Amino acid sequence: MKKPQNIITKAAPAISVAVIVCGWALIGETGLVPAYMLPSPSQVVKAFIEDLPLLMQHSAVTLQEAIYGLFGGTALAFVFAVLMDRFDFLYKALYPILILTQTVPTIAIAPLLVLWMGFSMAPKITLVVITTFFPITVSLLDGFRAVDRDAVNLLRSMGADRVQIFTKLKLPASAESFFSGLKVSASYAVVGAVISEWLGGFEGLGVYMTRVKKAYAFDKMFAVILLVSAVSLLLMAAIALLKRLSMPYKNKK
Amino acid sequence: MGQLSAQNIGVSFDGRQIIKDVSLHLEEGEIVSLLGVSGGGKTTIFNCLAGLLVPDTGKVFLDDTDITGKPGKISYMMQKDLLLPHYTVLDNACLGLLIKGKSKKESRAAAQPLFAEFGLAGTQKKYPHQLSGGMRQRVALLRTYLASDGVALLDEPFSALDAITKTAVQTWYLDVMEKINLSTLFITHDIHEAVLLSDRIYILAGNPGLITDEIQICLPGSKKDRDPASPAFLQYKKELQQKTAVTAV
Repeated sequence: MKKPQNIITKAAPAISVAVIVCGWALIGETGLVPAYMLPSPSQVVKAFIEDLPLLMQHSAVTLQEAIYGLFGGTALAFVFAVLMDRFDFLYKALYPILILTQTVPTIAIAPLLVLWMGFSMAPKITLVVITTFFPITVSLLDGFRAVDRDAVNLLRSMGADRVQIFTKLKLPASAESFFSGLKVSASYAVVGAVISEWLGGFEGLGVYMTRVKKAYAFDKMFAVILLVSAVSLLLMAAIALLKRLSMPYKNKK
Repeated sequence: MGQLSAQNIGVSFDGRQIIKDVSLHLEEGEIVSLLGVSGGGKTTIFNCLAGLLVPDTGKVFLDDTDITGKPGKISYMMQKDLLLPHYTVLDNACLGLLIKGKSKKESRAAAQPLFAEFGLAGTQKKYPHQLSGGMRQRVALLRTYLASDGVALLDEPFSALDAITKTAVQTWYLDVMEKINLSTLFITHDIHEAVLLSDRIYILAGNPGLITDEIQICLPGSKKDRDPASPAFLQYKKELQQKTAVTAV
């Protein structure tokens, strides 16, 4: 009795995607919307294959920026979270500033970063760092603070110092929370890199996007949008794998 | 090693006196219970003995050494097993040794032979969430024993277990205590458990908490032979009920 239910549950996302793609194809093929405004799936696939070498070259750049930025953001988040957890006055002093950095629109800082740092990779990576470090910092802090007080007392009663309490208890206990923050940040990282490429640069999916937009090449536009999603998903999958590897105890039932 | 004493300890929080003038002692190899109502300051006393809290007055001695406010000397087990989910059962058992600076290899070598004695053989490589509540408490006691220098404080260790598991774990506990040398101070609010497990019982009562009485349990045979249905056992329970009832109101 349970099996057919399971198959349906597993097939559900595939079915919904198939329905959307079919609907989209139907609109395109029947000419309900003109092809220059909404290219059909087959046209998008064709455009994707035609430009494949170019797209791969650009996505390598974007992925590189996203990953460097994500690393930078994670490193910065660790420094902030550890210090803010250790010193309460730092927590109080810095938390509002952290919130503030999130209310400033990315699109508004990106051109400033270009003006300050030029058209190289540096402003893109910096923007990714700014957008990713906040979710990671908050998830780490939440993880640190959610640690059971009694567990801390138990370790203290064994004579543990702060460093031992951190490495043996707080850090591993906040892994779950950290990875959920990192996953959110991964999608921010790719989008952040693309946005900053729009505003100045020579390479990357964002640059490609602005070029095909100016050429009114809607099929290529759609192809690159799908590719950006794919790159985000790839990065998220890599993080899910990293999580599985670093938390082996979660897989044992 | 294994003689613990507290002399005239008193603690107050925000001007409210929690415990007052508490003196107690624990001889080597003894199991002594501290019996009292919940919220009566038992855990505060334990925190002082474990060195987690510095009492306002009084001192704590381990074998004539002043250990007031010095954690790491006396190991502590709580109602929650507090096993760390990210370590295997073996590494959880080793935790105290690792914190005290022993190498992983040394700690594991010290822990391994005890698994069989604690009825935990074969669980070493599992993770805590794969064990039942009763088994988890066994691991917690093993961890407490390994971390100790011969004295352990047990704060209502079995009170979160269901009645059937609890009886089984109590029997197991007496069994293990015959094999290892561990002086134990045991917090409980369960009169039956106190009579079943203890050599002596302190009664803590009042507000602020004071030790109002001390009772020696003299029943024939070893602790494992204690029969909860015997007249002598019931007599002790009755006596304790009267003493705690008078002082609790």
